[in-house]
Amino acid sequence: MSHIDLRYTSHLARLGFKPEELKVFGPQVDKILHFVEQLNKVDVEGVEPTSHPLPLANVFREDKIAPSIEMEEFLQHCPSRHGSFFKVPKIIEEKS
Amino acid sequence: MKGDASPEFLTTIGLEVHAQLSTRTKIFCGCEVRFGSPPNTLVCPVCLGLPGVLPVLNREVFLLGLRAVLAFGGAPSKLIKFDRKNYYYPDLPKGYQISQYDAPLGRGGFVEIETSGGPKRIRLNRIHLEEDAGKLIHDAAADSSLVDLNRAGVPLIEMVSEPDLESPDDAHAYLSTLKSVLKTIGVSLCDMEKGHLRCDANVSVRRAGDAVLGKKVEVKNMNSFKAVKAALQYEIGRQTEALGKGEGLYQETRLWDEAKGMTFLMRSKEEAHDYRYFPEPDLVPFFVTQEQIEAERRRIPELPRQKAARFASAYGLSAYDANLLTQDEEPAEFFETCAKIYPDYKGLANWMTGPVSAYLNEKAVSLSQTRLCPETLVGLLQLVKEGSLSLQAAREKVFPEVVGDGRDPKEVMEKKGLLQVSDEAALDEWVAEAIRSNSKVVNDFKSGKETAAMFLVGQVMRKSGGKANPGKVQELVRKRLLETAGPA
Repeated sequence: MSHIDLRYTSHLARLGFKPEELKVFGPQVDKILHFVEQLNKVDVEGVEPTSHPLPLANVFREDKIAPSIEMEEFLQHCPSRHGSFFKVPKIIEEKS
Repeated sequence: MKGDASPEFLTTIGLEVHAQLSTRTKIFCGCEVRFGSPPNTLVCPVCLGLPGVLPVLNREVFLLGLRAVLAFGGAPSKLIKFDRKNYYYPDLPKGYQISQYDAPLGRGGFVEIETSGGPKRIRLNRIHLEEDAGKLIHDAAADSSLVDLNRAGVPLIEMVSEPDLESPDDAHAYLSTLKSVLKTIGVSLCDMEKGHLRCDANVSVRRAGDAVLGKKVEVKNMNSFKAVKAALQYEIGRQTEALGKGEGLYQETRLWDEAKGMTFLMRSKEEAHDYRYFPEPDLVPFFVTQEQIEAERRRIPELPRQKAARFASAYGLSAYDANLLTQDEEPAEFFETCAKIYPDYKGLANWMTGPVSAYLNEKAVSLSQTRLCPETLVGLLQLVKEGSLSLQAAREKVFPEVVGDGRDPKEVMEKKGLLQVSDEAALDEWVAEAIRSNSKVVNDFKSGKETAAMFLVGQVMRKSGGKANPGKVQELVRKRLLETAGPA
């Protein structure tokens, strides 16, 4: 991969770029990609892929109930609500 | 265009099943898992996806998942890690679902199903852990959808089969078997009404000679095993018809519409499947230890298939009855308790798979929710066996009170005056009278009309007010006729 379609990618991430911003950021993102791509040249034959940067594994919590939080605490920050529900624009699985 | 594909065409089906794990709390936080709670009351900063929080894996989720992997004969992965599956949907507060991509909990294993052609192994590709999403309610408001996040973060295992299923019946058997194993090993309650078990299907049809599989169609939105079967039947019919007409098929996602009994193309944008998986940096990797494997193996009881085989051989039951009895643990245990005190195993199995099972289905309850206990069922069976109670009266008049109100079968029988007269002396009187007052019928019998005897049996039954034991009466009428008259 040597090019990122920023229009497509920014839509996936729900980032609303203006056309002039796409023009500036597009080449910048590609530059970052090329920079990182240098890693492809490193010979990693026989090297275990890193699964986590920290030298930790098997961190669990026990299956014990902890208190949940008060509804008002989070619903008051929500742009739109309906009683105890979050309210969002109508979502339906569209059928053609 | 319903029905299975004709032999000219071959069907290939793979299923993805999500099962909710039986834990007290969610997968990555301590919020309680409780169905039917008021909306948005079982949430915290972790499952709400607020910034700066750290998910931590519930140990029980890991162990239950491991138990499932082992029960199906799969192998736990050497390295187990979590990944983010990115997509935007209002039921997913973080904008990604924590799931597993390339290092799932386990791989391989199989589910053995019973088909009309004998047992068949359906291979599993993988079993992985993931979090559930919240719930969307669409109908409450005209222009908006409502979001309840109580379910967000509820632990699931996803079980992906290989495309080894060849018919809707196979799919149904696979789901039933999966459900019964998951329940038996205590991994999931599999309560369909609470959405504990959900299924998506991949189905393709191809011409019998074709080496490559047909175009894979994903079918979603099926809410019951019956719906899975109906949706697959419809979809196979649709694809077969298209192939027959020489029309092209496309790789697509379709939604099952239960009311219309059809699947519809889901209008989805192309990027819908661009999930951009990447490793979940908030969770460290996991390694299964030998001790954990051994401990979970010990928690796996006798599985339904093993139990069925044992029932067939130990109690001399048909494979069909043995399978029916062992689908769920409760009836199986009930049967075994009864069998200890009632040695007519076949008769017992008939009652369990007949009246008992019919009652449970009709009332939509489980055995423990009824008042039936092994002693009362066996008591009832014994009354029938010794001839005190007719089978019909036992089924229709006594059993409902025994199962519904926990009454003693003998008491019910006596209270309702259902005691059958099997006593030969008492019956003999009625038989003699019937013979005396029906000389024409007796002559008919003498002249070789065998059915004339049945008329006399009917007379005796009427005389007794239905209380005479019909088997005994038949026996006696025949005996007396032959004695007194002798056939011509």
